[in-house]
Amino acid sequence: MYIEYLGLERINGPLVFLKTPEGISFEEQVELSLPNGETRLGNVIMMDENVTTIQVYEGTDQIPLRSVRTKRKGKPLSIPLAQSMLGRIFDGAGRPIDGLGEIQAEEERDIHGSPINPVAREYPRNFIETGISAIDGLMTLIRGQKLPIFSGSGINHNELASRMIAGANVNKEEKFMICFGLMGAEFETAEFFQKSFKQNGVLDKVVMFQNLSNDPSIERILTPKVTLTCAEYFAFTLGYQVLVILTDMTAYAESLREVSTLKGEIPSRKGYPGYLYSDFASIYERAGRIKGKEGSITEIPILTMPNDDISHPIPDLTGYITEGQIVLSRDLAQKGIFPPIQILDSLSRLMKDGIGKGYTKENHSQIANQIFASYAKTQEIRALAKVLGEKELSQTDQLYLAFGKELEEQFIHQDKGERRSIEETLALGEKILGLLYR
Amino acid sequence: MEPKRITQINGPVVVATGEEDFAMHDMVYLGEEHTLGEVIKIDGDHSVIQSYEDTAGMKLNEIVQGTHEPLSVWLGPGLIGNVFDGIERPLAKLKENSGPFIKRGVNLPGIDLTKKWTFKPLVKVGDEISYHTILGTVVETESINHQILYPHQERGILCEIVNQGEYTVKDIIGKVKSETGEIISLSMAQKWPIRKQRPFAQRLPATIPLLTGQRVIDTLFPLAKGGTATIPGGFGTGKTMLQHQLAKWSDADIIIYIGCGERGNEMTQVLEDFPQLMDPKTGRPLMDRTILIANTSNMPVAAREASIYTGITIAEYYRDMGYQVAVMADSTSRWAEALREISGRLEEMPAEEGFPSYLPSRLSEFYGRAGRTLNYNQTEGSVTIIGAVSPQGSDFSEPVTQNTRRFVHVFWGLDRELAYSRHYPAINWMISYSEYIDQLTDWYEQKEGEEFIRNRAQMIELLNEESELNEISKVVGQDVLSEDKKLVLMICESIKKGFLQQSAVSHIDMAVPLDKQVKMLKMIIDLYSKTLDLVQKGIPVSKIQETGIFREYNKIKDEVPNGNLELLRQKEDEMEKKLKELERSYQDHLG
Repeated sequence: MYIEYLGLERINGPLVFLKTPEGISFEEQVELSLPNGETRLGNVIMMDENVTTIQVYEGTDQIPLRSVRTKRKGKPLSIPLAQSMLGRIFDGAGRPIDGLGEIQAEEERDIHGSPINPVAREYPRNFIETGISAIDGLMTLIRGQKLPIFSGSGINHNELASRMIAGANVNKEEKFMICFGLMGAEFETAEFFQKSFKQNGVLDKVVMFQNLSNDPSIERILTPKVTLTCAEYFAFTLGYQVLVILTDMTAYAESLREVSTLKGEIPSRKGYPGYLYSDFASIYERAGRIKGKEGSITEIPILTMPNDDISHPIPDLTGYITEGQIVLSRDLAQKGIFPPIQILDSLSRLMKDGIGKGYTKENHSQIANQIFASYAKTQEIRALAKVLGEKELSQTDQLYLAFGKELEEQFIHQDKGERRSIEETLALGEKILGLLYR
Repeated sequence: MEPKRITQINGPVVVATGEEDFAMHDMVYLGEEHTLGEVIKIDGDHSVIQSYEDTAGMKLNEIVQGTHEPLSVWLGPGLIGNVFDGIERPLAKLKENSGPFIKRGVNLPGIDLTKKWTFKPLVKVGDEISYHTILGTVVETESINHQILYPHQERGILCEIVNQGEYTVKDIIGKVKSETGEIISLSMAQKWPIRKQRPFAQRLPATIPLLTGQRVIDTLFPLAKGGTATIPGGFGTGKTMLQHQLAKWSDADIIIYIGCGERGNEMTQVLEDFPQLMDPKTGRPLMDRTILIANTSNMPVAAREASIYTGITIAEYYRDMGYQVAVMADSTSRWAEALREISGRLEEMPAEEGFPSYLPSRLSEFYGRAGRTLNYNQTEGSVTIIGAVSPQGSDFSEPVTQNTRRFVHVFWGLDRELAYSRHYPAINWMISYSEYIDQLTDWYEQKEGEEFIRNRAQMIELLNEESELNEISKVVGQDVLSEDKKLVLMICESIKKGFLQQSAVSHIDMAVPLDKQVKMLKMIIDLYSKTLDLVQKGIPVSKIQETGIFREYNKIKDEVPNGNLELLRQKEDEMEKKLKELERSYQDHLG
């Protein structure tokens, strides 16, 4: 048992400052007991001989300076894990909130995890068919990849995520599950996903961690880590193929900035801390496959680009870590194209090794490259048409315009419930290319 | 003297307080887990230490054990083909010890101290030995003979040397009696502090190109052996892809690839690809000449800072044996961010965008370690540095790109527009440059004739003109351009598709020898002058296009095997014939 310490030195935002207790270790978990019997979770983020700084994950609201009791837990922040978590709902810090009681832990794990040794990684090669043509054909998702969705506020990225989940869940023989981390989400968003899981018949395969917009913002810092710790357990201990969805990473980064400012750290771009890149990496790099293990973690983080700006630090730093990106465009969304994927800005870095002979179809990469090149040319011609008017364009240029329209309306656009196999996707792509290359 | 104890922990920055005297940049072991750290600031009894591993679980009051030597790496046979983290811990050994996830407190030497190597002496008793004299050689891989260098400054006479046989790197292989009468024992391994440049006798001018098999580089913006280059590019523009291409096909003897704060899967890809790819020079797997340093983005940030120094130190060591070494650092921005992160924790006053004010001097120090050298043992070696930069928000005016630009001589600027239209390598020819071209002209002229430099200049001229014409036609449309201007656009289309674009996966096109590049360059320039002649005779560009010669040119890169210059000549003749036919039919038509 550890001693309880009475009182604090100082409180500032989500941080409390405590006279350094004997033997406390860096990043150790602590529990704060309020006089009303409530307990709060925290951990050590800085310490010297006099003062230990503790970050309190449920906020410091109603914490009194003198009568609060702090207890060391003697371990880093950890969560209990068990197979029985499937189908359950937890809060952003990993505690059950669905009224079904505590889980029987088979194991407890530090939520920070450890980096995968690069030599232990298995290079991702297996293609995941999502049934969405733009993704399967042009930015193929590979098992063990981290492929984010860059969206904007008001664009229905949740619908896309839900279709991807529905589409990816095909191979019934394999152990498949979803770890879902919601950060700062509206209640409606949580509801939407619950409903779509039910419709897709995957409800009992989902472990959900939800931090809603009215939950303490500081708790959001834990949510992706908790979600991924759960994912690692299912993938590398139990052998599941795990799909991790994290939404919205922008809310996460904002919480990080909030704490950083309170700690008095020197800000870098747009007030975000200088370690935002490393911090993101510690989340995204937990995706992957490991040699000799059956399971895998495929990560689909979703973020909203502030002001649709792809050079904003959040999408920018994310793009540097993830293996590509799926960029959604407001223009296409307004044209009624769904999913509104801007294919030119989007990319899957692992695609080249997971498609072609033996994976999809031999001429897959040629088709994809031709579509990219032709669509890029279409954009140039559209710009030209704006100046000159469509009538002034040459016949070839007119063909490109027709091609662009077909591609957007027939290939990129998909009605709800319309699932295309990779063969269908590639055949469709070839057909539309036929407009140009007869 | 009282040992120092931990009195403060703030992420990777730890303060140790006590009487023991630490020197700046001393290596220390922190706490019970013996976590490796380095002294980065001293204030009275307090030493500020950056930890090379995660500090979670560390406690105050734990002892900090000083080694009283700077952060050093092991140098000796066994480096090649290996994968290290930023402080030269062998990752494969780490995996054996602690499983697929990296655990703390495992301190392993970079080279296997127990493995036996066949040492063949090259000196005999009585020989005079001085700094970096080659004592003997070890076949490290089938591609690389590892020369064992005498590591001490003191000159002396060899008084003992072992016979050829099997020895570990720690075994005594000989003894030298120095001028002061001291007996110095020799082994095959040595240690060297990573932040200190290894000395050489003399700098040599950079007059030999580092050929990469990439047309846009070798022909337009060449890099010299011992030179420096940077590849700036936003995400998705193909930086890493290009670095991998260079690592595969550069005509260096040894490649050191530093994955500095980048993706884990990219390192895995190198590890899977390189053992299977063959070095065109030696016919041996590329892994036989490659050393990987993998400090991925989620590994400790201080070790990321150290990783580029570890890499360059190993590079200099092989340079001292007379090898041409190329160092690829991907990405130096992540290294700069590591500097920023540590600097922030030290509460230093930031300069631009939160980066410390010493960012430029650190960058210049790093690139300054490149060079072609005459070594003390009279061999000639070189270290070439190619550093990728990941500009924040793809903005080339940010501090890391701007400062790097000041210290490197080749700039391969990657362009998002090109990458989006899948033009790879996405090197933008309008913003890229090579300052080595003048120094390399002699070499190119000797090897490939004087015409090459002229043709190259004309290609650049054409591309410049095309860019201007594109601006105009954006406003007024292509149709109003005169026929000869339309021809420029047409030719440049072929230059882009048939010459500058190069596939990283096509078996023929992924690496192209210089002679084929020279010929392809000449073909397109000749094609321009011949078609220009026809245009001036009144034949419209659309008719020339109809002959299909441009399409044929574009296919050459994929259809003509490297080394088959005869087939190239045939293609040229065919194209010429088509043009002649066109001219004749046109004259008939007019006549």
